[in-house]
Amino acid sequence: MSFIKKSPWILHYDGSSCNGCDIEVLACLTPLYDVERFGVINTGNPKHADILLITGSVNEQNIPVVKQLYEQMADPKVVVAVGICANSGGIFAECYNVVGGVDKVIPVDVYVPGCAARPEAIIDGVVQGIGVLEEKRARAKKKIPAKQQNGV
Amino acid sequence: MMKLLLVVGIILLAPLLGGLLTGIDRVVTARLQGRQGPPLLQPFYDVLKLISKETTEVNSMHRFFVYVSLIFVIFTTVLLLSGGDVLLAIFALTLGSVFFVLGGYASNSPYSTIGSERELLQIMAYEPMVLLACFGLYYVDRSFFVKDIIASPYPAVIFLPGVFIGFTYILTFKLRKSPFDLSMSHHGHQEIVKGITTEYSGRDLAVIEVTHWYETVIVLALTYIFFANANPFSHVLAVFACLVIFFLEIIIDNTFARVKWQQALTSAWVVTAVLSTVNLFILSYFR
Repeated sequence: MSFIKKSPWILHYDGSSCNGCDIEVLACLTPLYDVERFGVINTGNPKHADILLITGSVNEQNIPVVKQLYEQMADPKVVVAVGICANSGGIFAECYNVVGGVDKVIPVDVYVPGCAARPEAIIDGVVQGIGVLEEKRARAKKKIPAKQQNGV
Repeated sequence: MMKLLLVVGIILLAPLLGGLLTGIDRVVTARLQGRQGPPLLQPFYDVLKLISKETTEVNSMHRFFVYVSLIFVIFTTVLLLSGGDVLLAIFALTLGSVFFVLGGYASNSPYSTIGSERELLQIMAYEPMVLLACFGLYYVDRSFFVKDIIASPYPAVIFLPGVFIGFTYILTFKLRKSPFDLSMSHHGHQEIVKGITTEYSGRDLAVIEVTHWYETVIVLALTYIFFANANPFSHVLAVFACLVIFFLEIIIDNTFARVKWQQALTSAWVVTAVLSTVNLFILSYFR
């Protein structure tokens, strides 16, 4: 039996979001949506987290930050890009300092579209992320090398 | 043979009880906040998940301290629940906390270091009261042994109401509840609030969680000692008192905001100095 499905801890990072998606992410923790029902905890610490939730596009300034957060997380880990900016850069894609979506820097497992992404969509994305997490755990158990795991 | 069985039973059952209490805590907290909350067994899911995760190691000492801390806390639990010496149990518990603090310092991370410093302040705040509670129990029953204290004709709380209230006050530190959860909060959304645990992951974090389960059982066992006496009915009352105290701590946790360390330290010392000392003085006058 796998317990990673029952206790996904989340780290939320704001790339260069307009805060629209961030407010929706925080809305998931409120009594109306209450993601703690699924054992989700908003940790604020990469070493404790299983799922990295990124809102907003990645810009030249925060490339090292995003990479470091990803590297500090313990395996198995999953990245969920929340909102259209995190998926592809959105309306900021053409800006001189914007690199694009999160997948330009680190491997992304689940894309949640929307501007801003609705809490229902975010919860759905996280639940799909839990599926990927379980898959990665099962593969790590069979000792398939990490390089293949991330698909990069 | 019976003794060995008892020790193994305590080591295995205490974390089960502690984890269950933590689960109840999380559900009640959620309900107080108008949420549905996690399943009752969520703390067990969390710990089993952490065990299956990768453990990143800052340095070898960093992990070592956490395991030593667990061993001392287990020792304390066994000692208390098998009717041993309260004073020795308290010292072993303190040693466990000190090793935990050293683990925080060992990582050299600024967040862990701040957590360790805050934990030291907390130890400074609650330790005098814990010791005075021990001395109070000795003063009433002329024995440090739990089995003698719970075999006395009257419950200790009759003679030590002030000490008991003071002890309840510092339980908030021990259970890591607001307003005194400076060093390692349950509801931490930032590194600085996660304190000592910041640099731990995987199995080490699971060990810290299990250590806290044992600690929960220890503080409730100490509460139990205040109520239990020779009358068999008093043990039912003692369990009830433990549950009331635990529920009270959950309500306090959800009602109060975290205070500054100055306030935590001064208030704990004032409560200790006034309630327990006055209580012990009055007691010495009548005996």
